[in-house]
Amino acid sequence: MQPELTLLPDLMSALPEIFLAVGALVLLMIGAFGGERATPAVTGMSAALIALAVIVLLFMPVDGASFGGAFVQNAFARYVKILTLIGSGLAIAMSVAYGRAEKFERFEYPVLIVLGTLGMMLMISATDLIAVYLGLELMSLSLYVVASINRDSVRSTEAGLKYFVLGALSSGMLLYGMSLVYGFTGQTSFVAIAETLARDGSSLGLTFGLVFMLAGMVFKISAVPFHMWTPDVYEGAPTPVTAYFAAAPKIAAMAMITRVVITAFEPVVLEWQQVIVFVSIASMALGAFAAIGQKNIKRLMAYSSIGHMGYALVGLVAGSQAGVRGVIVYMSIYLAMTLGTFACILAMRRKEGMVEEISDLAGLSRTNPMMAFLLAMLMFSLAGIPPLAGFFGKFYVFLAAVEAEFYTLAVIGVLTSVVSAFYYLRIVKIMYFDEPVTGFVPMPSELKVVLGLAGIFVIFFVAIAGPLVGAAGTAAKTFF
Amino acid sequence: MNDWPLLSIVTVLPFVGALFALVVQGQDDSAKNNMRMVALLTTGFTFLVSLFIWVGFDPSNPGFQMVESVEWLDGKIGYKMGVDGISMLFVILTTFLMPFCILASWNAVQVRVKEYMVAFLVLEALMIGVFCALDLLVFYVFFEGGLIPMFLIIGVWGGKRRVYASFKFFLYTLTGSLLMLVAILAMYWDAETTDIQVLMNHPFSPEMQFWLWIAFFASFAVKMPMWPVHTWLPDAHVEAPTGGSVILAGILLKMGGYGFLRFSLPMFPVASEYFASFVFILSVVAIVYTSLVAFAQEDMKKLIAYSSVAHMGYVTMGIFTMTAQGVQGGIFQMLSHGIVSAALFLCVGVIYDRMHTREISAYGGLVNRMPWYAMAFMIFTMANVGLPGTSGFIGEFLTLMGAFETNTWVATTAALGLIFSAVYALYLYRRVIFGSLEKESLKSILDLSTREKVILVPLIALTILFGLYPAPILNVTAASVDHLITNYHAAIETAQKTAALIVVQ
Repeated sequence: MQPELTLLPDLMSALPEIFLAVGALVLLMIGAFGGERATPAVTGMSAALIALAVIVLLFMPVDGASFGGAFVQNAFARYVKILTLIGSGLAIAMSVAYGRAEKFERFEYPVLIVLGTLGMMLMISATDLIAVYLGLELMSLSLYVVASINRDSVRSTEAGLKYFVLGALSSGMLLYGMSLVYGFTGQTSFVAIAETLARDGSSLGLTFGLVFMLAGMVFKISAVPFHMWTPDVYEGAPTPVTAYFAAAPKIAAMAMITRVVITAFEPVVLEWQQVIVFVSIASMALGAFAAIGQKNIKRLMAYSSIGHMGYALVGLVAGSQAGVRGVIVYMSIYLAMTLGTFACILAMRRKEGMVEEISDLAGLSRTNPMMAFLLAMLMFSLAGIPPLAGFFGKFYVFLAAVEAEFYTLAVIGVLTSVVSAFYYLRIVKIMYFDEPVTGFVPMPSELKVVLGLAGIFVIFFVAIAGPLVGAAGTAAKTFF
Repeated sequence: MNDWPLLSIVTVLPFVGALFALVVQGQDDSAKNNMRMVALLTTGFTFLVSLFIWVGFDPSNPGFQMVESVEWLDGKIGYKMGVDGISMLFVILTTFLMPFCILASWNAVQVRVKEYMVAFLVLEALMIGVFCALDLLVFYVFFEGGLIPMFLIIGVWGGKRRVYASFKFFLYTLTGSLLMLVAILAMYWDAETTDIQVLMNHPFSPEMQFWLWIAFFASFAVKMPMWPVHTWLPDAHVEAPTGGSVILAGILLKMGGYGFLRFSLPMFPVASEYFASFVFILSVVAIVYTSLVAFAQEDMKKLIAYSSVAHMGYVTMGIFTMTAQGVQGGIFQMLSHGIVSAALFLCVGVIYDRMHTREISAYGGLVNRMPWYAMAFMIFTMANVGLPGTSGFIGEFLTLMGAFETNTWVATTAALGLIFSAVYALYLYRRVIFGSLEKESLKSILDLSTREKVILVPLIALTILFGLYPAPILNVTAASVDHLITNYHAAIETAQKTAALIVVQ
């Protein structure tokens, strides 16, 4: 059957993306002509733009493929996109007070975040190697600039440069892998790759391509052994940027990996499974052990996120519907926990400026009981203690691993989570058991809102677990 | 009253109290007193409501009663509550001990009273949930959720080495529980549900039972605690505030034994049979070794903590004899120990509040100034030793009887423990209570206050009542235990037949 010849592809399914793209360009114009004065307006409009995109996704769901099948909109894409948009939108909101206090209000910042988010959404929907790469680069280029946005700070520029050099290397590996895959299958579309592989089987060249592709993609979720940039970038970048890095891009990249391995490389499951198993175990172990010695809370969160990516990958290893559901549930919970924790980190400000040492939290339960309580709950949740949300995240990924009979992986996973519980508990200990030091200045209201929402989500997850897991299950079903 | 979700109400009541306590503001003395009253009234009211469970309980029915079930996660995991003869009394024990904990902390806790009371109320709710849960995941959530408040109780209001003790407690227990979690996941895929009632009738393959049993054992043995993973307990006990020690000894330790009865025995009968001698060895070592260790202690709380480990040895031994006497004795021993060891920790708390030391050598001759205290302490010491006429005797006697039926060597060695326990307990009593009152600091020590008498008198009454007339407890547990034993032996027989068939083929 000949494809119908039309002037434009069916754009309705890509409406939110188009909306974001046009909006970002308009905001760029406003910023360019309005100068620094326009920053608050641009920031507000960017957040509104992202909120509108969420509404479009929620209330005008159009499923279907577009751009010759390279772009697909379905339940999975929609679910993950909403998570990503929430992460980006709240990252913009959380930067307001920081920008004002640290004098780095630049209109480019929100615009770049919107563009980065657009890249993530394209990545999530991409079903073609080239589309994946385009989305990934749009995201990465925005992120490189955002990391060094505070250009007067040496640490920020260093973080940006480091991220750029390593990121460019990983993009190169990804591209190399893609060209190998194309060379050995003759296809770029995921579906076609899967068909070819199912027919012809694997080959050495394809395996090479697959491994290179995985390396490039794993870099974006900062899993071991491509995690080296994470602690430095987390520490060096301005804290709101770190909050953004920790949430949205990881979710999008995780969705991309999921789509690539589950659709394109489904026939060669054994080949990527062993790679993911290794990456998962290494991430969990490194995340657990390397975080113990950290003194800076941003670095600690970097190692913690490495560990969490390891846990999320446990779900992917299973390669089943339950596994994908586990990954989605895990990333949803991870988003809430990360944003809540970074809201606390952004609130760690004394009269003389921001502080980042864990010891600065000493005795927080006396000076600011509410913040200490919520942060403690987030820490217990990150450690995976029931009845908090983090436990259910782990529950669903390990559930999938056990179904696929990866018992060793599950046991290693739970043991590393005991190790990681140690450093989460240490933060609780510092806040609750130690003698108080000087308190922080009052928390800005937007951070209070973010922290409050994250806290409610984490504590009352038991009540909403049913519908949320159901939605994740529906999203996971689109692959099978 | 029959249609009411009584178990959920009892579980939720402390939460409601905790929320109410959170609303109360203020740091002055009246606010602190209000907080204590809120906690006391909540726990007291919860206890009264929980008595309706006992009233409405039908002891002749061996199955689960007052079952409530609500959909939760994708149809296979539900929120399900219910009690049988094994679990019902633990619910009552929990609600019964809580008001005493609050009373014991009345003056001892002066900093962050609100947080303390909230932590205790949350802990109570979670502990009740553990004993009522009829879904494996719900059980696990309650079981491990209790770590958070207990961690804070030890860490915030504890003694000098509280940080070490709280971390050790948390990480030890977490390690065991997480291995159990993996087993729960495996069971979920095998049986397609986490409903405990269904799982009890689900035949797991013998090979799978083997691994599942080990994973559950990892969790319950730590919680129990069994030798050699008991070392967190003395630390936690020594550092915890009096109320925390009472809960730890009275209820948290019972979760291990309860877990064996609820899960290991009925769900993995073949593995339980296989591992029974292993458990016997550990139990006997616990009884003899920790009794000797207790003898060498200089710290009163540590001594009682080690004696707890020894007493829990009788429980595991009794449970794994798989005889009606042994299992009943194990349950009785847990309940009795819940009262007696809680009371002993309360007794230590009484003099700790006065002298702020737990060193045995700091005391001596207390009988001269504190006759009432000496009497109360004596009764509980005797109960701890297992003197006939106290509740401690019934449990130890029944478990030993069960053990004699199964394995004489085990029973004989365990019986030695009775002598050792008399040695360390009487030695402690002599050093603290008897002798002449020589130490200057003790010359002005006061006898029990009214509050302390209110705490100790009901416990004395129960210790003696159940020692002389254990029927109320044994009647409740009898039907469920018989049911458990019958099913267990039937399952073993079936497994042996199947094995024989395989050999023949």
